[in-house]
Amino acid sequence: MKIEILGTGCAKCKALETNAKEALAKIGGFHDVKKVEDIMEIIQYKVVSTPALVVDGVVKSTGKLLSVDEIIKLLQIQ
Amino acid sequence: MFDWWEKIVDNLVYGIWGLQPLSAIGSAIHFFIYDTIKIFILLIFIIFLVSFLRTYFNTEKVRVYLQGKSEFSGNILAALFGIITPFCSCSAIPLFLGFMQARIPIGITFSFLISSPLNNEIAIAMLFGLFGLKITAIYIGFGLLVAILGGYFIGKIKGVEKYILIPVTPIEGELEDIKIELTFQQRIKEAWDYTSDIFKKIYIYVMIGVGIGAFIHGYIPADFIATYAGGDAWYAVPVAVLLGIPMYSNAAGVMPLVEVLTAKGMLLGSALSFMMAVTALSLPEAMILKRILDVKLIAMFFAIVGFGILLVGYMFNIIL
Repeated sequence: MKIEILGTGCAKCKALETNAKEALAKIGGFHDVKKVEDIMEIIQYKVVSTPALVVDGVVKSTGKLLSVDEIIKLLQIQ
Repeated sequence: MFDWWEKIVDNLVYGIWGLQPLSAIGSAIHFFIYDTIKIFILLIFIIFLVSFLRTYFNTEKVRVYLQGKSEFSGNILAALFGIITPFCSCSAIPLFLGFMQARIPIGITFSFLISSPLNNEIAIAMLFGLFGLKITAIYIGFGLLVAILGGYFIGKIKGVEKYILIPVTPIEGELEDIKIELTFQQRIKEAWDYTSDIFKKIYIYVMIGVGIGAFIHGYIPADFIATYAGGDAWYAVPVAVLLGIPMYSNAAGVMPLVEVLTAKGMLLGSALSFMMAVTALSLPEAMILKRILDVKLIAMFFAIVGFGILLVGYMFNIIL
């Protein structure tokens, strides 16, 4: 899976990145995690509230700090 | 609505603890217990309600709704959406640029940017708990008016586009909504998580605010403000606005003080101005917007909103 965290560097965005990494560690396997901080790139995803979580190019959550469990649930649906 | 609770506190403070209702200590303790719990109940209830509704209405959806709206009706809609959507100053930049990308006029974006923090659920819950329904309705009504007209006038500034430092390529055609499906249980859980998160962050400020308020309530005579701080002097409103600007992060702690100050002779218009300045004019937000907007536009934004808040204050000092 390719996971992207969109955020301009606020505290919530950093926390989401940490949670996403922890969630992936619990799931196991190889995944590509990328933090997107460039604002022009962020708005290309049609996201206007950060932080946002993108899985394989699909926006899954916006404007929310998801917990580790929530991210695991989101990823397992994939 | 809280009569039952007042009876319980009456019983506890004046009955079981045997304090005198007219003594300073008795009324201060009664005030503290009664107000703190009442505000806690209202905060939890209102934040939960708003954050539940919010799971149906994210900012991305608002953008889709506002796209292609004409000037004045767009400003009104944007201000109304500002009530339910969350606002975190860290989202100000993507919001601003994202709205431009959808070709939403700058004035309409500003109506949203003014209304969203002004009509936030914490401020509304605190106001409702402290001042009751009527004042809360007045605050929301005039808050909306300031947001609608403020945004409208900012949009009318000649060549306003040149103050935006980052060029954005508009997306052609209609934007599509991002579909994020949630079950009812997920929405309830999300709303509850958000509520408990916010509550944990602010409850201590509420207690400190009400605590200081209780002290003033019990120990400082009525009309103190009117006598010593010029309750109806012309400068009361501008001073209130200026004092409100640096207090953004602590709206929950500041509002109980305002309530007690009005009880001690501060005019309601000055109080309303102060509370609006606390929520709507935030320095951290200005700092963040500086990355994409010319300082001149930010200064005009503050000046126009500040002027609107001043007018509301003077109007109420005269009418009420």
